[in-house]
Amino acid sequence: MMQAVAIIAGIFFAVGGLLAVYRIVRGPSVLDRVIASDVLVATVICALGAEMALNRHTDNLPVLLVLALFAVLGSLSVARFLPGRDST
Amino acid sequence: MSDILHDILTAILVLAGALMCLAAGVGLLRFPDVFSRIHASTKPQIFGLMAVTTDVAVNNFNVGTVTLIVAIVLFQALTAPMAAHLVGRAAYGTEHLRPDLLIVDELAGRGAPGSPGAASVPPPPD
Repeated sequence: MMQAVAIIAGIFFAVGGLLAVYRIVRGPSVLDRVIASDVLVATVICALGAEMALNRHTDNLPVLLVLALFAVLGSLSVARFLPGRDST
Repeated sequence: MSDILHDILTAILVLAGALMCLAAGVGLLRFPDVFSRIHASTKPQIFGLMAVTTDVAVNNFNVGTVTLIVAIVLFQALTAPMAAHLVGRAAYGTEHLRPDLLIVDELAGRGAPGSPGAASVPPPPD
């Protein structure tokens, strides 16, 4: 059963990440790309946590802590220093 | 806790987190403007992370793991709304919004806060 759960969860993570990458590539403005990159980081965090939960270990927890702390810096700096009109 | 119940709880929480990530991707693909995409993007950042880390805490229940997980969820809950708020303000300031989708616009006529000179910027050509 856990094998099937791992496969289904992997498919969900992969589709979510690919849709976020699609929005990063196609996004009509800089802010859409920033939001999509946030979603990509959140997907990576959730995938690392799911791998920990399925394999019953806690090795990735420091990685999760660092990502939760510093994933905000990219989107924050882009949103703060966005020029008045971006060239898309 | 019996083993089969343990497996079922793990499966439910992992699938909930994965479903949040999938829903965020679909929301990014389908939603029309920046504000509704922000709404979609904050789901895996909080709910997905909480489901997955709760799962880890259930599987390895001791003081160190639970402390680290509380710190992870706390920092994510502090930083994710900050980023979403700044992106929303920047979106309002640079007029990346669709005014026909807004129900209430309390900032109308005041200019955008935090982005000087943004009120005189023409809308982007798209």
